[in-house]
Amino acid sequence: MSTETTTFTTTDAALTRDEMARLVAADIPAGAFVNLGIGQPTNVSNFLTTEQGVTLHTENGMLGMGPVATGEDIDEDLINAGKIPVTELPGASYFHHADSFAMMRGGHLDVCVLGAFQVSGSGDLANWHTGAPGAIPAVGGAMDLAIGAKATWVMMGLFTKTGESKLVQALSYPVTGLGCVSRIYTESAIFELAGGTVTVRSTHGISFEELAGRLPVELVKAA
Amino acid sequence: MAPRIAATAAEAVANIHDGATVMIGGFGNAGQPMELIDALMDCGATNLTVVNNNAGQADAGLALLIKERRVKKVICSFPRQSDSWHFDTAYRAGELELELVPQGNLAERIRAAGAGIGGFFTPTGYGTMLAEGKETRVIDGKGYVLETPINADFALIKALRADELGNLVYRKTARNFGPIMATAAKQSIVQVSEIVSTGSLDPENVITPGIFVDTLVTIGGNN
Repeated sequence: MSTETTTFTTTDAALTRDEMARLVAADIPAGAFVNLGIGQPTNVSNFLTTEQGVTLHTENGMLGMGPVATGEDIDEDLINAGKIPVTELPGASYFHHADSFAMMRGGHLDVCVLGAFQVSGSGDLANWHTGAPGAIPAVGGAMDLAIGAKATWVMMGLFTKTGESKLVQALSYPVTGLGCVSRIYTESAIFELAGGTVTVRSTHGISFEELAGRLPVELVKAA
Repeated sequence: MAPRIAATAAEAVANIHDGATVMIGGFGNAGQPMELIDALMDCGATNLTVVNNNAGQADAGLALLIKERRVKKVICSFPRQSDSWHFDTAYRAGELELELVPQGNLAERIRAAGAGIGGFFTPTGYGTMLAEGKETRVIDGKGYVLETPINADFALIKALRADELGNLVYRKTARNFGPIMATAAKQSIVQVSEIVSTGSLDPENVITPGIFVDTLVTIGGNN
């Protein structure tokens, strides 16, 4: 996954959520074992092709997860990490929680895609807790996922509602995992993170120069 | 010794005493032993420590135990949900202690208890607030946190089917925490939809061997 050559590209419009999901899906190597967390990243599954032969893992004990179940296919014993009814594909397997998290922690998953509050230039991830007074903390599998997969990718909006960059020099939110994120997909740009260097692979609806002016981290433009 | 076969859920949980640590299987509704939890509610045991992935949902099961202040402490990974209002109220009132554990560490701590392991170094949570105060170690350049086993007095588990020796098979993602909790508790109480005669389960397909099972009760079958 780290061997691919990166060529800088740019498009006129910001990416929609579906376009981001399509790009993530296209970047997933054929035959990979993948965990899509909960929320926005689960949309990536809608853009994976049969030819890719990707196997989806869900933390609650299944490989070979199929699409969301509807109608008579809904089975309360067959749900995903977001507790949404799903289906099983041929070749699926079930296992208990310790095995499921051994798959993560043991580095057996190729890619995991997560949402984020913030990512630092060195790949630190914050996505589990705002740290706000009175907020009830809940972590689930976020910390295991962040540090377990061979590659951890983030999908997020690049800016907060008040316009601040979520790609930061140092996290202000509580840490989920240190130095674990290698790629960030946002509506405005796609970033590759390696060894503290942030490389911009593409920009969308914004120029590289304008982007560099708005973000608090030093950016390198892909060749 | 073959497990005790209880006639009712109430009989199955009758030994659970005040101050007990009780593991409860399930991830969302899948694998949640709802009838056993209801019986625990009725049996009056209080001052409980509950180990579960969540902390109760809506107005049922574990949520009601918390509402009635029968639980002094919850060990879980994901207490906050859209319908976890009874947990939220008790927690904010300071009437419920929470030990928040990343889901994979929760699973591995339960597994460790059942396997006689005194502790283990895990990368999950390293550098985060959930590792504060815990022993850490850098092994081969990677940071790890020392985590200790979680033992329990009782486990409440839902499986699909048992034989008379307590061998269990589960159904789809309802398996989740069941097999590891069965190993970690002094007494495992299992609800199944049917108990079949010894010899009718294929030994190759047994997920929890009967050595880990102490009490069986049939729910929703011919009982």
